[in-house]
Amino acid sequence: MLAYIVRRLIAIPFLLLGVASVSFVLAQMTKGDPLAALVPERMMSNPEIVNAVKAEWGLDQPLPLRYVTYIGNLLQGDLGTSFTTRRPVSTDIAERLPATLELVIAAMIIGTALGLSLGLLSARFRGTATDGLARVFALIGSSLPIFWSGLILLYIFSVRFSIVPGTGRLPPRVTPPPDVTGFYTIDALIAGDLPLFTQALAHLALPAFVLGWAVTGIITRIVRSSLIEGLSQDYARTARAKGAPERRVLIGHALPNAMIPLLTILGFTFAYLITGAVLTEAIFAWPGIGSYAVRAAASLDYPAIGGVTIVGSVAFLLANLLTDIAYAWANPRIKVH
Amino acid sequence: MTAPLLDIRDLRISFQARDGQWAEALCGIDLSLEPGKVLGIVGESGSGKSIAMMAFLQLLPRGTRVEGSAKFRGEELIGMAPARIRKIRGKAIGCIFQDPLSAFNPVKTLGQQVVEAIRLHDRTISKRDALKEAERLFELVAIPQPARRVRQYPHEFSGGMRQRAMIAMALANKPDLLIADEPTTALDVTVQAQILDLLGELREELGIGMVLITHDLGVVAGIADEIAVMYGGSVVERGATEPVFYETAHPYTAGLIGAVPTLDGTGALRQIEGTPPSIFSRPPGCAFHPRCGRAGAPCPVDTPRLLDRGGTACACHFPLTETAEAVRPARVLDGDPA
Amino acid sequence: MAMTSPDTAGLPPRRRFAGSRDLWRRLPVTAKIGALMLLFWVLTVLTVSLWPLADPLAMVGRRLQPPSGEHWLGTDALGRDVFARTMYGAIWSIPIAFVVVACAVVIGSTLGALAGFFGGWNDSIIMRLVDVTVSFPPILLAMAVAAVLGPGLANASIAMVIVWWPIYARLMRAQVLEKRENEHVEAAVAGGAGRLRVLGVHILPLCWAPTLINATMDFGQVVLLAASLSFIGLGATPPSPEWGSMISEGATKFYSWWIAFGPGMAILSVVLATSFLGDGLRDLFDRRSA
Repeated sequence: MLAYIVRRLIAIPFLLLGVASVSFVLAQMTKGDPLAALVPERMMSNPEIVNAVKAEWGLDQPLPLRYVTYIGNLLQGDLGTSFTTRRPVSTDIAERLPATLELVIAAMIIGTALGLSLGLLSARFRGTATDGLARVFALIGSSLPIFWSGLILLYIFSVRFSIVPGTGRLPPRVTPPPDVTGFYTIDALIAGDLPLFTQALAHLALPAFVLGWAVTGIITRIVRSSLIEGLSQDYARTARAKGAPERRVLIGHALPNAMIPLLTILGFTFAYLITGAVLTEAIFAWPGIGSYAVRAAASLDYPAIGGVTIVGSVAFLLANLLTDIAYAWANPRIKVH
Repeated sequence: MTAPLLDIRDLRISFQARDGQWAEALCGIDLSLEPGKVLGIVGESGSGKSIAMMAFLQLLPRGTRVEGSAKFRGEELIGMAPARIRKIRGKAIGCIFQDPLSAFNPVKTLGQQVVEAIRLHDRTISKRDALKEAERLFELVAIPQPARRVRQYPHEFSGGMRQRAMIAMALANKPDLLIADEPTTALDVTVQAQILDLLGELREELGIGMVLITHDLGVVAGIADEIAVMYGGSVVERGATEPVFYETAHPYTAGLIGAVPTLDGTGALRQIEGTPPSIFSRPPGCAFHPRCGRAGAPCPVDTPRLLDRGGTACACHFPLTETAEAVRPARVLDGDPA
Repeated sequence: MAMTSPDTAGLPPRRRFAGSRDLWRRLPVTAKIGALMLLFWVLTVLTVSLWPLADPLAMVGRRLQPPSGEHWLGTDALGRDVFARTMYGAIWSIPIAFVVVACAVVIGSTLGALAGFFGGWNDSIIMRLVDVTVSFPPILLAMAVAAVLGPGLANASIAMVIVWWPIYARLMRAQVLEKRENEHVEAAVAGGAGRLRVLGVHILPLCWAPTLINATMDFGQVVLLAASLSFIGLGATPPSPEWGSMISEGATKFYSWWIAFGPGMAILSVVLATSFLGDGLRDLFDRRSA
């Protein structure tokens, strides 16, 4: 297992190079002359200006050299400049990343907690109405288009019943807490501003639930099936023979064994979370990198979308690596060797 | 005369197949065990030997029908409320299972699992004291370095050591009855002997009654006081160990004895031909008749009853011994009806 | 009847017929429901123009009307009938998902089979390409590709094929590697059969079950991703009644929830149907990966 993790670690730089290369190729294929985005229309006829801009952006260099420059820039954390915001993409992303992370982490917590509870419920009461309801709830979560469930829930809870505030991270004209972690909820707590914390949490609740619900389905499914498998294992029979009540067999014996498959699935749910985050942010006007990517894609701002893609891939690869490590850590059979 | 520790009367177990048909896995058996004695239950897989024990402990999967009576110290176990039987399981009755690797939870240390066994029945013992007790139990079953071993996971143990740990866990609450379901089957031959010796010693020292379930007559020969031989869901022969071996009445028992390799080398290893029937396709009449060298006209029609014959009780139309005369079992297998 | 020997029962055509009947009987109820739901959508695609529905592109009533007897799912911002548009939406979503899955299966399976069968450099290059492709979060890769190619359903479809082919390459490669070791394959090789013939005749026919099961499941996921791309403006363009872009229109008319309701339920039904059916098929054919 350790050898496997080391192999994965070694592979990561190569995969990143591959990701960067694909991104470079896509950038070269971009429809529409990047000049058009950089040079105002009426100056296009002026060769001096055009050449100056070309030189400034490196567009006059041959392709291989541009590739080397591109990779070199990436290594220095330079993702290029957005056509639309006219700022470095890395700055844009750094500014918006905390919002996305806050949303994704909150969703992960909700999804895991919900998935574990529903999985436990449906394994404990297998074959009953409780089991059926829990599974339907989970299945619908993972089958609904998230941009639709977000919309409908926003309508119900915000427009119809005003239970939660509307979109965004905070009400308009409210100053965010001083930046420490970039998570408004945590920063508000650090600043000791409880009303602000409540507001931030209220804004976070619905998008995080929508996103969490989407991964609940996968988690419930894996938890339920691992638990049911666990309950029929020899060790479960041993526990019963020791006099353990069924609830203890479930929570004390089947559940710890179910954590291993759960950990493997968490890396997989990360892909769902990224997809979901992009769409959730679009619906809830959440100022993260997802809504940034949507705006960039809609305005064909390739440097921006390419930058988000590279950052997303790095996160994705890291998440999978973390999953492997967590898996090795959780499984005593592997830990020793 | 003391009251029996375990008294099973007409125990019947049926499973429901996928198509909804009920199939009888156990066709009404009678067994009993005095305190401190060892009963060996012998039979091939599918004979119903394990499920009989799992049944009265209520450890069979749902969808199983259990009828009849099984009294433990005079108390009826069949149909007992779950909360009540949990107090007996692991407390008054300990269990050892065939495969000690799968029978332990792979993600918990053996110490944790023994501690759980103790604390499930006595909440007043602290975890630390229970772990001390686990170490003592490991010492009792001769696991070296118990203080280190209790902190290890099942996969870090060898097969024999795991089975010792399993025995230690079963003994955690000083049970009156130990049910050992194929305790040596998954082990190497030399380790098998060690585990059997250990069980023998524990029985001497602690005076525990034991039910030893096995497919191998050789396993029970040295340790059991009484033997019940099962085939096709019924007890076909039952009695004290000596007469079962030396005044064998049932052809199947004789076949099993033939299947035991003898040390002097005169009797080569013999097998009973054919395979045991599945519970869904059990032959009518005597379930053994298709494989029996002595089968006659009544065998496929009439199910023989278990009749007391002085030495052993036997369910056969053509028993090997009309009197207490020993018969060389090998001849039965040659198809020679003596 | 007396002529029927046990051998004739094993003839291919009969067995096949009995097989499909038997297959339907053995499918769990949920899988049957899923199959029927998919059948409903396929029939809708084929016949919707014959239905007595309002013109999905024409203004047929007042704007933003809530659901009523006349307009079952109300009308949108341009006074178009939402129910009719939802039904016509199937014409976009279902065939596109079919084409995307088919292309991904063909491209991925071909490359995967070649990688698994020939090994060596073919294997390395193809599988490294797979590794890099799956390093991208799917939606971001699709967005990047769609952004490069420009908006439109055709480009979105290309983007989705790029996202999905590696799955089938991996599946098929694993299958081929496993089946290559079968005795009958070794026998065919020993008998002097050509390499491609061995692959095509002796190996590939054994490898389809996991691919087909996966394709069934992915069908719904493709519908979902296609709608997502349309929702963020990279897929279908107005005024086509594509489900994702209809929801996108609904998002801007926030108080008229009914605009988005129909297409959302339509997507849900397709995704549920394919996961029901895929689960059922997997239980029957491929217990190991369940």
